[in-house]
Amino acid sequence: MEIKSRSISRGRASGEVLMTIEPLGFLGGVDPETGEVIEPWHPLKGKNIAGKVLVFPNGKGSTVGSYVMLQLAKNNKAPAAIINVEAEPIITVGAIISGIPMVDRPEKNVYQLVKDGQRIEVDGDNGLILL
Amino acid sequence: MVNLSKEEQKMFDGEVGEAARQSMEILVAMGKIYDAEKMIPVSSAQVSGVSYKTIGDAGLEYLQDLVRKGAKTRVPTFLNPAGMDEAQWKEMGVPGDFAEKQLEILDAYSKMGIMKTCTCAPYFIGIRPREGEHVAWAESSAVSFANSVLGARTNREGGPSALAAAVCGVTPAYGLHLDENRKANIVVDVQCELKTAADFGALGSAIGKLAKRKYPAFRGIKSATEEQLKVLGASMAATGSVPIYFVENITPEYNIADDAGQMTFTDFQLRSSKDELDSGEKPQLVTIGCPHASLEEIREIAEMVQEKKPTTEFWVCTARKLKDEAGRLGYTEKIEKAGGKVVADTCMVVCPLERMGYHVTGTNSGKAAKYLPSLCSQKVAFGKLKDILYR
Repeated sequence: MEIKSRSISRGRASGEVLMTIEPLGFLGGVDPETGEVIEPWHPLKGKNIAGKVLVFPNGKGSTVGSYVMLQLAKNNKAPAAIINVEAEPIITVGAIISGIPMVDRPEKNVYQLVKDGQRIEVDGDNGLILL
Repeated sequence: MVNLSKEEQKMFDGEVGEAARQSMEILVAMGKIYDAEKMIPVSSAQVSGVSYKTIGDAGLEYLQDLVRKGAKTRVPTFLNPAGMDEAQWKEMGVPGDFAEKQLEILDAYSKMGIMKTCTCAPYFIGIRPREGEHVAWAESSAVSFANSVLGARTNREGGPSALAAAVCGVTPAYGLHLDENRKANIVVDVQCELKTAADFGALGSAIGKLAKRKYPAFRGIKSATEEQLKVLGASMAATGSVPIYFVENITPEYNIADDAGQMTFTDFQLRSSKDELDSGEKPQLVTIGCPHASLEEIREIAEMVQEKKPTTEFWVCTARKLKDEAGRLGYTEKIEKAGGKVVADTCMVVCPLERMGYHVTGTNSGKAAKYLPSLCSQKVAFGKLKDILYR
């Protein structure tokens, strides 16, 4: 199955799904050394985003979050790919400077169609999610 | 869909190098997010994210990564304030570990061909885009000044998007680059007299909070200097992300949307806004120049403190170029004799004040009053200079 989306950051990658309906901020939200979500009260707190296809609605918080995503990439702890409901500048810039494939505005409800842990592929060049 | 010219497409496809490819990818993505149909050339860029305090190790790594990818600017590009005076950081009391990182950040920007102006008020050192000119500026108060006072056109860029515009020489055409979006949707009838910079700062702080994402137009302001407009815009940008405003008979543009709302601003609101910003305490340090002081402001302060010596330590923050000029004109000497310092390249908000032994800081700026508590753990003494310097 193929879900059409919008290409935001180029590249293709696959991985296991990790999803949340809560917006995510990277500065103070994710440990750049380990990839663990550290924001208190966040539903993903304690989960590791390294190598995952991270599904969340949109970014939030400090713009420095973009740079934290690059630190994660350098430490090999970045997500494999990102799917947002609606892209905003912080996550977008972070994904591009870190070489993380990213799409947004999927035409079908990803939250209903995929499950945590399921292996899927994101094609950032063509704006596709492949199940 | 963002349509690209041949030259822009080449950058996007990586034919002009990796830094240009990454930068154009950022601009295209921004264009998608904000529904731009094309790119437009910019005549200058101003980059924020300079202080080590705000961008940290993560930001430094990002800049060094861009240098490795061969980033070079195509249009005149200049910097926002850093976390310290590049020449005088020891005298300021900035910790050595901080200084080392700050110098690395400045070095990375230099390697990209960016001028180390390190000022939030580039318009006071001759960088003044003309009416209708498109630029990509990031510092929120400079964005407000460029749009409102100069009539130039810029969105409120982030550090990376301004840098991407600098590297590619273009920015996506959306928001304040387009005529139809440069209209006020709230009209503020000012029914009180505004005398000092602090008055303009208090007005800006109050209206910024109410306006949120709306663009205000002011009626009833009879006259205003560039220094006062600077403070008004900076305060609204800080409390409400306001990137443009209009003042009847003063700013080059004064456009009101058909469905604009109305409100009044009275003497009572002015006093409440000032009271709200002021903790009432005596400051350990008074910081002047948020945004950076003009030469005229430095002259006024020099004369004021020569007449009567302040009861606290104080800094006048300004651009390096104006600090040199103030030295030549004898203002710096007067300020130093009165126990003050003229500090270049930085300001009270982005330097590590909280690590320098200060707890209560005085300001006449609505913007500084907003950020000193959160970014520097300071209590704020707010008021006109004659009050806070001698409290």
